[in-house]
Formats: sequence, C-alpha cells, structure tokens
Amino acid sequence: MGHSTANLMAQDLRILLVEADREKARDIISALKDEGWNNVYALGQISSLSRAVKEFLPDIVLIDLAHPDRDTLEHVAMATQSTERAVALFVDQTDDDLTRAALNAGVSAYVVNGMQINRIKPVLETAITRFQIMRRMRSELTAAKQALEDRKTIDRAKGILMRQRALSEDEAYKLLRKAAMDQGRKVIDVAQALVTAADLLS
Amino acid sequence: MTGTVLTCGYVPLVDAAPLLIAQELGFAADEGLTLDLVRQPSWSALRDMLAFGHLDAAHMLSPMPVAMALGLGGPSAEIDVLSVLSVNGTVFGVSLDLAARLGPLPFGDAKALLAALASQTVRIGVPFHASMHRLLLSYWLSSRPDLNIEIITIPPPRMADAITQGQVDAFWVGEPWGSVAVQRGVAQLMMAGRNVWGFAPEKVLATRAAWTRGHPEETRRLMRAVYRAGKWLDTRGNKPLAVEILARSEHLDLVPDLIDPSISGDIVPLRGSQPVTIPRFQLFHRHAAQFPWRSQAAWIALQLGADADGIERAKACFRSDLYRQALGPIGVDLPGASEKIEGSMPHETAVSSTRGHMILGPDAFFDGRTFDFTPSER
Repeated sequence: MGHSTANLMAQDLRILLVEADREKARDIISALKDEGWNNVYALGQISSLSRAVKEFLPDIVLIDLAHPDRDTLEHVAMATQSTERAVALFVDQTDDDLTRAALNAGVSAYVVNGMQINRIKPVLETAITRFQIMRRMRSELTAAKQALEDRKTIDRAKGILMRQRALSEDEAYKLLRKAAMDQGRKVIDVAQALVTAADLLS
Repeated sequence: MTGTVLTCGYVPLVDAAPLLIAQELGFAADEGLTLDLVRQPSWSALRDMLAFGHLDAAHMLSPMPVAMALGLGGPSAEIDVLSVLSVNGTVFGVSLDLAARLGPLPFGDAKALLAALASQTVRIGVPFHASMHRLLLSYWLSSRPDLNIEIITIPPPRMADAITQGQVDAFWVGEPWGSVAVQRGVAQLMMAGRNVWGFAPEKVLATRAAWTRGHPEETRRLMRAVYRAGKWLDTRGNKPLAVEILARSEHLDLVPDLIDPSISGDIVPLRGSQPVTIPRFQLFHRHAAQFPWRSQAAWIALQLGADADGIERAKACFRSDLYRQALGPIGVDLPGASEKIEGSMPHETAVSSTRGHMILGPDAFFDGRTFDFTPSER
C-alpha cells in the first residue's frame, strides 16, 4: 500500500482538470505545478472528454461538484474502467460537513475548496490515499466472494463423490486433492470439472 | 417556512411535478411539512448530495438507488425508494437527417423502428447511465447485437444542441427535452418510452435508509403529501391548472408549451405536424403508478447485470412495506401483492387489492417477454 501510494504521489501522476473558466483553470494548474505535479491536462470543453480520458489516461480527474457535465464524466469514466481512476470533486465554498460526509460515505472523491489553492496538495493526497484504500477493499471483496463461490463448488463436488462412491466427507476431499495433485491442477478446478460433468450427465 | 422543513433535491424536469405540487398546492403543509426544493445541476450531484446527507429526500431516476445498492458507481449509501413519482414519460427521437434515411414509419412502432435502424450507424444520447432511458434503450436494442450503436451521456438541456452539432443522431430523454428539440426543428420523435415497456417506473422518491429509520413520522408525512400531489396531478380536470402552476413555478423555468405535452399526453412528433395523443404517456397516480413494486426493482437490477443476490438487494430498497404502512391507514387502496410478473398484462387488468379489486395498467414489453422474480426453488 505504502509503496503504490508513493508511486501515485510521484511527479508523473496524470491529472485531468475539467474546468471551463480559463483563469480558474490556470490558477489550479500553477498550484499543482508548485507542488511538483507537472503532468496536468486541462479540459474546457466537455465534448472532447471521452477522447481526452482515452488518450491521456488520467490517474485522477478533478471536477467541480456542481459541474453540469458530471453525468457525462461518470459515463466516460465507467466506460474506461473507473475503478482504476480516482475522481476528486471540488466546491467553491468551504463546507466541512460536506467534506466529512463525503469521506464517511466512503468515496474516493474528496470535496475541496476550489479557490483555496494552497489546500490542493493535502486534498489530492487524501483523495489518492482513499482511492487506494477503496481499490484494495474492492479487490478484497471480490476475493472473498470468489472464495465463497469456490467453497460452494468444492462442497458440491464432495457431495457428488460421497453419493457416487459412498465416501465420507473427509475421504471425498482427500480424493479431490489427490486428483488435483496428480494432474497438477488446483482443487477448485478439479471440483469445477466434476460438477460440470455431473450436471451434464444428470 | 413553517412546520418541519425537509430539504428535497430535484432536477428541473416535468416529472418533478409531484414534489413541486406537494409544496405549492399545500399538500405538504397539510402534513405539517415545508419542502425546501433545491435544484441540482446533474444526477451525479443529486445522488452525492443525498448520500452525503445534504438532502433529506430526492427526485431520483428509478435505477439510481438500485445501482447504488449494487455498488455500481457513486458513493456507497443505502437508499430507500418510498414511492414511484412517475411512470413512463420519456421519448425517443432522431435527427431529421436520420429520420429521412429511416423512411416513413408509424409513431410508436418499436419493432418497425428497430428493423429500420438495421443498416445505420447511430450515436444515441441519454441523460445518465443508470437511467430508465438507458435501460429501455439497451433492452430494446439487445435483440439486435448486430446494430452499430454508440450510447453517449449528454445533459438533457443540451440534447437539441447535440443533435444540431451532429454529436448524436438520436436521443432518449424525458420531457420537455424531446419537445424542445422538435420545436427547434432539429428532430423528429419516433416513439414514447411506453412503446418499449408499457409501465416503466421513471422517477422515484428516495431517502437515505438511515434517515428513514431515524424519521419514521416525517417519512410517513412526506409519503402522504407526495401521494396526494400525484393523485391531484393525474385527475383529468386538474391538468390545465397543473400546466399553469408548473409553468409559473420558479423551480422548472419552462414555458407552458413545453410542459403541456407530457402532462396532456398530446405529443407533437415533428414541428408543424398534428399532435399524437398517447394514452398513459406519463402516469403520476392511475393504475397504482405510485406503488413501488419490488418486481420493478428486480427488473432494473437484472438489466444492470445483477446476480440473484443483487436482485434481492434491489428488491429490498423498493419499500412497498413502508408504502403500505404510510398509506393504508388513510384509506388508500393497495395491491394485494408487492410483486407482479412484469410484462404479463397486455391490457388493463383487475387484480385483488386491500379494498376489493383495482385496475392495473398494461405493462407489456414490446417483444412480449415476461419477467417473474418471485422466489422459487432452484
């Protein structure tokens, strides 16, 4: 975790800024540069967003919470694997309640006071850290779901062996494990093959 | 402001009417409520503000709470659907150029239109990914995987511009934005949402589940106020007045000509042509339109790619139980069941209800498919 965060913090972090107001965009870009982030792409026109995301492949997208084109951004982000990308939101007024609520809701987005340029660095760092945590949680959740599915499959395979070969549960599992070792495969793969075959034959 | 103030988010569309009417005609005040109506710049913003607790209740696209329950985009928050605000009310339109290439077609023939699209490359604008517009579009197109279609998200107020600038060739939007494109002379409406699904829940009244649990009395009062507003809106004699009130409302910022089509169901498909009267173009109350059927949530979840567990989670956020608790005691007639076989009623059908029987509206799909989500042995 620490390592990958460090990577994302590096100067090659790609930041896409969606901001129609040129002056505001310039201020934000110069603040980002002051903090060592030079790889910033500013987008004024939303119509080229899809292309910009595909070509620039940003690590993080900065957009105003109230920006009327957020729905378009969401769709584009989804179409380009949004789970690999953090979206940071910013608002113009300081609103600590909103910030806290956003964090409590567990979003990788962070609500920023857009005009307080000096706060951009801590805010981006927090957004990136949270994004990393969320990404790890998502992959852990997927792994947990998979483990549960695997267990169900193995249980079904054991059940089939217990019925067909009159084995105890323990014996059925040992047989599965032996078959897996003999064939150089995983127990779950052997179990899956057995369940599929049994479904075909039933 | 008097009584309890509830902050309610909405997006300026005709189907926000039940919330606006509840406030403006005093149905909220009758329940001791003031609805502080807060306009939202996008669906993402509305969703985030509800999830972050900055809105007590919201006018939401019906697939949004389901998408949130399934963890598809946006902050993770448990959202309750207290009732359906509107059924149907969307239109599919094409640029004049594409209309010419498609040739003459009768309005509302989903199958003929699909066949005509066969040889075309079409970019279609929708307002939001997790919207009924997008789900109906994908469902309609799913039988023809050979079609060359690209779906693009565009804020509805810019849909007419997107057509003019050639960014999209077609769109699926809620009113008034279809009629806006027609009045600007840049598009022709080809069918209504109900030509693909006869009874599609379009917008819902949503709250955070934590809020609902902490505010049972306010929840009931809000549900009753919005129920009465929907009933008022769907009473034939009230429609002209409804158009006038909504046009005057600071909340919509639309001229009466643009509000009338969806309220009256008289749609002008092409500038200068005669209006087509579309029965059940948009329902606020009739045929138990406000009842949050758990099977509607299940259909949405299925279209969003949910597995069996996901479908159950989706069903749980359409709170037909709370709807019964809030509205049963004031004598509202309620369906006997909370799930139905979606698509099974090609015509108006009498079903058993708490007070005898009630007429449910046709809910057939254009391809005649039915969806039974009642739990069964696997």
